[in-house]
Amino acid sequence: MARHWRAGVAGLTFLGLTLTACGGAKVGDSSSAGSGGKCGRFNLAVNPWVGYEADAAVVAYVAQHDLGCTVSKKDLKEEIAWQGFGTGEVDAVLENWGHDDLKKKYISGQKTAVEAGRTGNKGVIGWFVPPWLAKAHPDITDWKNLNKYADKFKTSESGGKGQLLDGDPSYVTNDAALVKNLKLNFKVVYAGSETALIQAYRTAEKNKQWLIGYFYEPQWFMSEVPLVKVSLPPYKTGCDADTAKVACDYPVYDLDKIVSAKFATSGSPAYDLVKNFNWTNDDQNTVAKYIAQDKMSPDAAAKKWVKANRGKVEAWLK
Amino acid sequence: MTAVMEKPEKADEAEAAGTATTAGGAPRIRRSMVVGVLLLVWLLLFAVLRGKQTLSLGAADLTGLHRWFNDVNDSIGASRDSNPLFLYFFNEIRLVIDNLVTFVQGLISQPTGGRPVPQIGWLGVVGIAGYVSWAVGNWRVALLAVAGFTFFGLQGLWQESMDTLALTLSAVLVALLFAIPLGVWAGLSDRVNRTVTPFLDFMQTMPTFVYLAPMTLFFLIGPASATITTVIYAAPPAIRITAHAIRTVPQSTVEAGDSLGMTRWQALVKVLLPMSRRTVVMGVNQSIMAALAMVTITALIDAPGLGKTVVQALQSLDVGTAFNAGLAIVVMAIVLDRVTTAAGGREEAARRSGSRFRAWRRPLLVAGAAVTAVLVYLSHTFVWAAEFPGEGGLGSSIARAADTATTWAQDHLSGLTNAFRDALTNGLLNPFQALLTDSPWWLVGAALVGLGVVLGGWRAGVTAAVCVGLLVGTGVWSDAMTTLASTLVATVLVMVLGALFGVCMGRSLLVDRMLRPSLDAAQVMPPFVYLVPFLALFGATRFTAIVAAVVYAAPVAIKIIADGVRNVSGSTVEAATSAGCNTWQIITKVQLPMARSALTLATNQGLIYVLSMVVVGGLVGAGALGYDVVAGFSQGELYGKGLAAGLAIVLLGVMFDRITQAAARRTRA
Repeated sequence: MARHWRAGVAGLTFLGLTLTACGGAKVGDSSSAGSGGKCGRFNLAVNPWVGYEADAAVVAYVAQHDLGCTVSKKDLKEEIAWQGFGTGEVDAVLENWGHDDLKKKYISGQKTAVEAGRTGNKGVIGWFVPPWLAKAHPDITDWKNLNKYADKFKTSESGGKGQLLDGDPSYVTNDAALVKNLKLNFKVVYAGSETALIQAYRTAEKNKQWLIGYFYEPQWFMSEVPLVKVSLPPYKTGCDADTAKVACDYPVYDLDKIVSAKFATSGSPAYDLVKNFNWTNDDQNTVAKYIAQDKMSPDAAAKKWVKANRGKVEAWLK
Repeated sequence: MTAVMEKPEKADEAEAAGTATTAGGAPRIRRSMVVGVLLLVWLLLFAVLRGKQTLSLGAADLTGLHRWFNDVNDSIGASRDSNPLFLYFFNEIRLVIDNLVTFVQGLISQPTGGRPVPQIGWLGVVGIAGYVSWAVGNWRVALLAVAGFTFFGLQGLWQESMDTLALTLSAVLVALLFAIPLGVWAGLSDRVNRTVTPFLDFMQTMPTFVYLAPMTLFFLIGPASATITTVIYAAPPAIRITAHAIRTVPQSTVEAGDSLGMTRWQALVKVLLPMSRRTVVMGVNQSIMAALAMVTITALIDAPGLGKTVVQALQSLDVGTAFNAGLAIVVMAIVLDRVTTAAGGREEAARRSGSRFRAWRRPLLVAGAAVTAVLVYLSHTFVWAAEFPGEGGLGSSIARAADTATTWAQDHLSGLTNAFRDALTNGLLNPFQALLTDSPWWLVGAALVGLGVVLGGWRAGVTAAVCVGLLVGTGVWSDAMTTLASTLVATVLVMVLGALFGVCMGRSLLVDRMLRPSLDAAQVMPPFVYLVPFLALFGATRFTAIVAAVVYAAPVAIKIIADGVRNVSGSTVEAATSAGCNTWQIITKVQLPMARSALTLATNQGLIYVLSMVVVGGLVGAGALGYDVVAGFSQGELYGKGLAAGLAIVLLGVMFDRITQAAARRTRA
């Protein structure tokens, strides 16, 4: 029994000591007023690239601080985010790149989503080379000269032809058809992810390696390594109608916003914010740079931008 | 797939193998000759028929089956709100699991009920972790748990780690709820075991990417989808190991129970379960490890926690931050692994340490509980004990160090590595891939069936034939052959590493102790964290994908071979030494031949683990099946093709598992 006592005494002493010795602030002492207002919950999809993250950071920041919404950001790929319109788990997608397939399925088919206007960003898709290469061989930026250099782009993966590196499978791409229809002596090699693609460009620029691949703007990486676009035969309306016969450049995409049909009619002030949200490529690149290169949290990046651009934000809130 | 299943048989295998080397010499030579002839015929026909009937399919091309999969998927999505299966079945499951996870998150990770912090703060969680580890294990693992959990806070990842822990624990709980009863049933009945096994194979080899998107359709975006995805992957090891545990309870013990007039239920509860407790705990352990392997994948459907940090950091190629979060996952895995392992062996350890300790145990348990309660109370009440103090300075130092190391490697090693990559790709991978993809499909199929028959016997041959037929049916034959080539090259590398390090570890306990933590780390560190430096070194190539697979699969092979070498009886080695063998002779003539069954098991496991990295390979330039699966996840129009590619991976896995297992049984016989 003595042992029991000893253990009990030890425990009690410890308990006494801790209770008397440490006070400190109690949980809930300085509780800030919980969110409320008429906005309620706002489910914002965040697709996996930094430019989108910048859009989402700013919209979420404004919705939270100016409208009092409870913002719930959901990290999802495009396809799953759109699927979420129907199940009510996603209210808005802020940066949509064309995606006529998804529009057909969810806007005109299931009628669970509606368009909510442009973001003001211009999306450029195309083939890019690292800056050192464009400088060393200026004529490479014309597609007609690509075959001349095909040998230089050979890799262990391209089977004797030049390598054209593609990235994430969710990107909008006609590259395989383009190579065939422009009669280029190249083979499309699938890097499989944006991370792999960016790393390839970074290494190519640093070690002066030959590389040509698919890339897009606005993109944070452009401010680290300003890739140079290769011009393809110019885009004309309808020249990409038949994806198997495409032989022209990608169109300039007016990136737009998509919201769920329920959210559009809910009367939530967050819907008006999403609808009015509009900014330039430079704006997005600024915030994306804060996040990707200065390693700020999305929230801190948004705060910094909103502070410097109050005028633009006010226009969204009208 | 079957690592733990075969382990206990090894001791007698080793002895059996000893006799087999002398008795079975003649048929083995004949078998290797048959294999040689088979390969020669294949090569000759390949030279003649090259490029014909290769069944290749363009990246964006679909077959009828793929379109049909798409239609099924679409119609399910469209009928979601009216289908009674959704209204009364999936929705109910979702509700229950959502509530469970939200409850656990409210306890340790997320603010609840008007509180700005969770119910139990960091001090309470660290206290509970230490106390529970001590109570179920020993004081050493308790110290490890306390140190590990404090480390999360110092890394600046407290909340993320707790989210991951909450999700992992909920998933493991749900998994065990099904796995243990099912495992017991499969352990008692051969028929159930035979029925269940293919499903388990399927659950473990089907790439998660394939069912990730449908999962959010069934269970919506949120904790339920993430948990159920994890359960699918984490339950099979627990089921297999539980069944195995029940099966290996000595027959005599069960008979003794029978003779005492026990009912079946009594026999189960009083004899079978207690006697297999230790192995069942191993199953729990494997379940936890599998659940942690899913952390970054479920982050793609918005599961909170460390996975999100990793995925987000990699969008901007921030290797340092990703490594920091990956390290937290590794630490959590090591803590949970050591604690559950200690829990499995605790009773024996306690018995050995004598009765004095046992007398002390109860009062200490009570006192510990009291202290823990105080800690929990403090962390519930006071801010300093609720929110981890500091800014996570250690985390940013770790991130910086990882960045520096990565940059150094990229700057200094690239010339060397490219030469190695090109040598392996041109010398081994390309010719091999050409042989597989450019031969007519029926020739490759016939060769595979032939190898199956020769190495594994008629039943393995029939399995191979069925798998080849189904592979052709999936419509991605050519991609499957490309993947197969990379897979086999990776497996060869895995076995080379496995033999090299396995022998070192098996022969020296010191080397074992030093290497084991890094092996554990290689198995649970999210692949992309270490892949970014590899991408810089080798580019987006099949070689990078092979490296990723080797890093993941080699530890398993090394561990199994080390185990096999260690189990070679000491007296045999001594006899060889006294006969004047030098170290090299002992290794090549005694230890490796006698550990042959461990080598076959390591090949089997190595292949399966390499196959489970096919999808990751698709993300870094391997193309083929891995890319098809990823593309199917990202693009609705390619969904069906992704599913077909997933099925092809399963088929490859099943085919090689059955052939190598049958071959292993043969070498034993």
